[in-house]
Amino acid sequence: MLSYTLKRIFQLIPVLLGMTFIVSMLIRAIPGNPAQVILGQQATAEAVQALTEKLGLDKPWYIQYIDYLKGILTGDLGESFRTHAPVVEEIWPYLAATVELAVFAMIIAIFIGINAGIVSAWFQNSWFDYIAMVLALVGVSMPIFWLGLLGQWGFALELNWLPTTGRESVRDPVNAITNFYIIDTIIQGEWGQLKEVIRHLILPGLSLATIPMAIIARMTRSSMLEVMRSDYIRTAKAKGQKMFFVIYKHALKNAFIPVLTIIGLQLGLLLGGAILTETIFAWPGIGRYIYDAIGFRDYPVIQSGILVVAFIFVMINLIVDLLYSFIDPRIKYD
Amino acid sequence: MKLKNTKSLLGMLLLFVALMLAACSGGDDDNASTDANDSDGGDDVSSDEDSTGGILVFARGGDSTSLDPSRTTEGETFKVTKNIYESIVTFEEGGTEIVPKLAHDWEISEDSLTYTFFLEEGVTFHDGTDFNADAVVKNFERWAAGDADTFPYYNSMFGGFEGDEGHVIESVKAEDDYTVVFKLKRPQAPFLKNLAMDMFSIASPTAIEKYGDDDFERNPVGTGPFKFVEWKPNDSITIERYDDYWVDGLPKMDKVVFRSIPDNSARLNALLAGEVDLADGINPSDAAAIQDNADLQLIERPSMNVGYLGLTVTREPFDNKLVRQAMNHAIDKQSIIDTFFAGYATPAVNPMPPSIEGYNDEIEGYEYDPEKAKELLEEAGYGDGFEMELWAMPVPRPYMPDGQKVAELMQKDLADVGITAEIVSHEWATYLDLASKGEADAFLLGWTGDNGDPDNFLYVLLDEDNIGSNNYTYYKNDKMHDLFIEAQTVTDQSKRNELYKEAQVIINEEAPWVPLAHSTPLLGAVEGLSGLVPHPTGSDLLSNVEVDRE
Repeated sequence: MLSYTLKRIFQLIPVLLGMTFIVSMLIRAIPGNPAQVILGQQATAEAVQALTEKLGLDKPWYIQYIDYLKGILTGDLGESFRTHAPVVEEIWPYLAATVELAVFAMIIAIFIGINAGIVSAWFQNSWFDYIAMVLALVGVSMPIFWLGLLGQWGFALELNWLPTTGRESVRDPVNAITNFYIIDTIIQGEWGQLKEVIRHLILPGLSLATIPMAIIARMTRSSMLEVMRSDYIRTAKAKGQKMFFVIYKHALKNAFIPVLTIIGLQLGLLLGGAILTETIFAWPGIGRYIYDAIGFRDYPVIQSGILVVAFIFVMINLIVDLLYSFIDPRIKYD
Repeated sequence: MKLKNTKSLLGMLLLFVALMLAACSGGDDDNASTDANDSDGGDDVSSDEDSTGGILVFARGGDSTSLDPSRTTEGETFKVTKNIYESIVTFEEGGTEIVPKLAHDWEISEDSLTYTFFLEEGVTFHDGTDFNADAVVKNFERWAAGDADTFPYYNSMFGGFEGDEGHVIESVKAEDDYTVVFKLKRPQAPFLKNLAMDMFSIASPTAIEKYGDDDFERNPVGTGPFKFVEWKPNDSITIERYDDYWVDGLPKMDKVVFRSIPDNSARLNALLAGEVDLADGINPSDAAAIQDNADLQLIERPSMNVGYLGLTVTREPFDNKLVRQAMNHAIDKQSIIDTFFAGYATPAVNPMPPSIEGYNDEIEGYEYDPEKAKELLEEAGYGDGFEMELWAMPVPRPYMPDGQKVAELMQKDLADVGITAEIVSHEWATYLDLASKGEADAFLLGWTGDNGDPDNFLYVLLDEDNIGSNNYTYYKNDKMHDLFIEAQTVTDQSKRNELYKEAQVIINEEAPWVPLAHSTPLLGAVEGLSGLVPHPTGSDLLSNVEVDRE
């Protein structure tokens, strides 16, 4: 197990290296000189030239790339062209905001998605099954920005239950320590703020959860249907076990493997930041951070931001692979 | 073991759902008890009962780049720094006349080369440092020793840095504690207006030394009515009342929170829900919704901008003056304004708005006349029309709420005179980059003035010196260039105005642009908000603002 894990981690290096290479190529292929963008419309041509040189953007691309790699190896993710702050410091609040939202959304998606899928499979071809699967289809195809605005209109403006945007009540701001506001409010015992933080999470969380929820529900249903036909389930049923136990204890465990794969992939996607959700709900996450950086041609932020996101993505997939053997001991890696 | 895991997982999920439900129902309670203004509020809101004090939440489209205004060119920064720092002189409320700020008085020598400023006494920076002539000198020394990367606006407004040929400022010296003398190498007509710009606000020299240039951007210290509290990137910036502010009774609010809500519809929703008290960047099409809402008010910012269609004169057929004039006749500005600005704009005739001194109101401009346009095209040898690319900006700007749709309307107007326009769009930075290289046939763009000086529109946008940066049309005219250069050094304002008026006649005749509109940017606020006088530059001083929450 350990040697497998180490081998896998070792294999990640070329993946991430290749990724940085492609990103660094791509951002230099799009038109737009960072120096011009930084200096703004007022800038003179000489000033732009001087800054281009200062930022090292006049060097050949491969030299720039090698310089960047050297930095990464020493733990230096570069310094933002725009804010002059080290990316490694700057990125954390954004990442924390995204992780908090993504995990929240994923919990909703897993809880509702799996249960909906199970019940659909249990009562296959019932009205519940039909409605749930139609809803799942709608969920997969729903444009998030529209769903988000609809949610704001319904739950914030009409019903006045939930706030429209942001992470916290700005009139009673959270004192950020870890930047995970749920954790921050709990360790400081600020229960009023905790309630506000959760209320702020619900609408963006639900919007973000819609697609994974639908995918998980559909995957769980089909996987369960397959398992339910197997012999050991028939045996369990024949033993007179309660249907609830047969399904949640025996069937789910075997049906869970493909669902887990989907959960891993979806969580990875959500952690990459969801630009639309973050924009509609003014969520200060990593998606918008990188997106804004593209607009400003802030190369260090784009490169390092994507590197961090890619790293998380591959790590989650690795963890999912390792989890397989915990869920199904027949799967062995050595 | 496994079962136990599943159970604890199930338990956690149940707990989570319970939390969610509790939070939801909590919201319900809030709604029942506090009703109108603030479903979002924590306990602090109860302190808002007085007509003064409390927290003002100001929502805008983007975050600031820096909180050191001298280091950036980006407008969202100045909205915040305007309230943290102050400059030696400033613009009047709602206009661009120069009025005293940190200097209560000043003298200008006969030859316009020496400016002597008499500074306010008893002013302190937020870190306790005294404000005096020495602080002014240190700020200007810091800028003069910089480069275009560190202080981009200093570079463009004062012609470079120490040792540069074009650098206007010869020296800045403290004559005594509260008198500071600027000596110029040559007269600069808009010198006072430049000094009044937000970028040249005076920062605490001790704080700059303490933090260093880069960290100072996140730890601003000025003399303004509010001091910096916290910056949550892409989320909010909080400033609070500076108790030792040198103007008695100001500021009126205890705290101001600037929130970034990038999506225009979401920002409007936050305003409608009462989560924010003031929001800028309101779509003209949403103005009616705000006016119809008894809890809200619509606030108009005085216009100091221009939206235009630039015609790249180095590209066929726009190298032909007649074609450019025909374009001017072919486009129906009024219908664009009625349709996409909801009437919150006036048709543009000249490249700068009428509120700016030196505006030539004798020029009538090109009336909408498709027949005339066809005649001109015929005369130019394009009787059968031609094909062109029409570039539309991908982002809403104050001077152009929806570039894509405006372009579609233009496309139809142009088709009426036989011109086939294909609408092209690029991501914003790419758009500007390609346009500045002269790769667009015709492109939508605009400009918001920095200091209310005609030079800041005409020279910046149309002079040959700015080809490759702001003169995207590549238009050049020697006579006009001479007028601009002369106007930069003449300090007699009426003489300057004549020069600019003459330049506008040339621009109108040569038609490198189709000037479209001077828009009125809109803000929305809660009904109880008062004391806000929106400034045409787009950055508002909030010291007089108060919110009566009833």
